[in-house]
Amino acid sequence: MSPAARRSAPAAADLKEKRELFRKVAVVGVDECDEIGIVPHKSVLQLHAEAARNALADAGIDKSEVDAVLTCSAGWASSLQVAEYLGITPSYTDSTAVGGSSFVIHVEHAAAAIAAGICNVALITHGETGHSNRFRQGAGRPGLDPWFPAPQFEAPYHVGGAPTNYALACMRHMHEYGTTHEQLAEIAVATRKWAQLNPKAMMREPLTMEDVLSSRWITYPFHLYDCCLVTDAGGAVVVTSAERARDCRKSPVWVLGSGEATTHQSISQMPDLTQTPARHSGARAFSMAGVRPEEIDVVEVYDSFTYTALVTLEELGFCAKGEGGPFVSGQRTAPGGDLPMNTHGGGLSYTHPGMYGIFLIIEAVRQLRAECGERQVPGAKLALVNGTGGVLSSTGTLILGAD
Amino acid sequence: MSQQTYRKPVPTPSPETKRYWEGCKNHELWLPYCRSCERFFFYPRDFCPRCFSWDVEWRRSKGRGKLYSFAIHYRVWHPAWAAEVPYVTALVELDEGVRLYTNLVDVDADPKKIRCDLPVEVVFEDVSEEISLPKFRPLDSRS
Ligand SMILES: [Zn+2]
Repeated sequence: MSPAARRSAPAAADLKEKRELFRKVAVVGVDECDEIGIVPHKSVLQLHAEAARNALADAGIDKSEVDAVLTCSAGWASSLQVAEYLGITPSYTDSTAVGGSSFVIHVEHAAAAIAAGICNVALITHGETGHSNRFRQGAGRPGLDPWFPAPQFEAPYHVGGAPTNYALACMRHMHEYGTTHEQLAEIAVATRKWAQLNPKAMMREPLTMEDVLSSRWITYPFHLYDCCLVTDAGGAVVVTSAERARDCRKSPVWVLGSGEATTHQSISQMPDLTQTPARHSGARAFSMAGVRPEEIDVVEVYDSFTYTALVTLEELGFCAKGEGGPFVSGQRTAPGGDLPMNTHGGGLSYTHPGMYGIFLIIEAVRQLRAECGERQVPGAKLALVNGTGGVLSSTGTLILGAD
Repeated sequence: MSQQTYRKPVPTPSPETKRYWEGCKNHELWLPYCRSCERFFFYPRDFCPRCFSWDVEWRRSKGRGKLYSFAIHYRVWHPAWAAEVPYVTALVELDEGVRLYTNLVDVDADPKKIRCDLPVEVVFEDVSEEISLPKFRPLDSRS
């Protein structure tokens, strides 16, 4: 069955409503905080603030115009914390926290609010010190209520990081479709080649297939280089109405399509280990934008693991279901390949502070504005962004376009 | 393993899951079953997450199924597992149709010796006075 046929079709009412968001808002400002990588001397909120200042400057919009704040990486009620810290009293906030996909989903939420006239200039921020938290006293995740499912049905068997659950999903994909370690390594190698072209990327040394395949196991089936970095970084994105976008410092990057989908929280509840919600969020975004995967010039998809990017390409319909392995082979996603993917070097080689979705948006916008120097994809007019959160639990897809 | 040295997280049964953990204590696997859509579900709740019926009951599982997927841990993520690496986490799909997150035990933690869809059966590990954890081993490993 084709990927398109296996997707559940969105309801007609959904599409009609979503179509009303088509080209109604634009991303007009993007940037990272001043330093990314290993930044032990700055707080999470400092990273939010620097990124906000930089993205607003990129847009040519003053902070006083911001009337919506969206974020999820500043503790309890994150949007309140960030709005207060920045000195903003917004008419709209959104602290939607669904993992690394959150910031991509914030763009759709901001677009809906702007289209409905609730707000006009939305600031989406992220700051996270995933690397330095390890050394900072008092950091760490709050304990869960012991009556919740995970403390009862998962923690007794294993306590650990994200690799566990993604490894379970990848293993099943390898079993069902014959996906190999070599095919996963193709993505690590291709992504490193992009990072070598990005001065802001953390890992810029050459990386070979042999390096990846001989690196130590973290969690089988993942080698070290199948896993993303853990860094300190922040980023921000400014979204506004079509009307306001006309007076910004740079050409608008239009939101042509968007979609959000959630299928589960814990890995044991994932309906099918080889499928992700990107099949739903992607179908919605493509349908709203009125374009097909083969028309996309540049792809920025969450690569928490090499496998995350591989399965996402399948789920979005860039290749048939199960053919992600052969599809990424021969360095297809590397500089000069047929499908430029994660052109800043991805979570694997550029940066990944814990939640990473905002950096996908930043790079897509820069590509569409032709600001990427050595790593620029020539003539990029259509970009796809796909954020993944939780344990392949939540996705947000955006299709962005330049004039 | 003595209780003094058991340092891994121990579950706290909730009002909804008490029956499940009581079953485990007796080395029996009991699962919630929806009488309305006539299917098992997991994890336990007062209602069926599929059809939202509250007409649910407990039924005993045969404790057999297949290894839906697995992952092998080489790194010590938590000190309580330090002596056990490499060890195997697994998703087991029971014959009753539900999936459990668990450990695969009585097996070499060697990717060449484990494969998805391997037939497995439940075994129980007593970890405290109140709690026994269901784990799974390959069916052919019975001694
Ligand atoms: Zn039911």
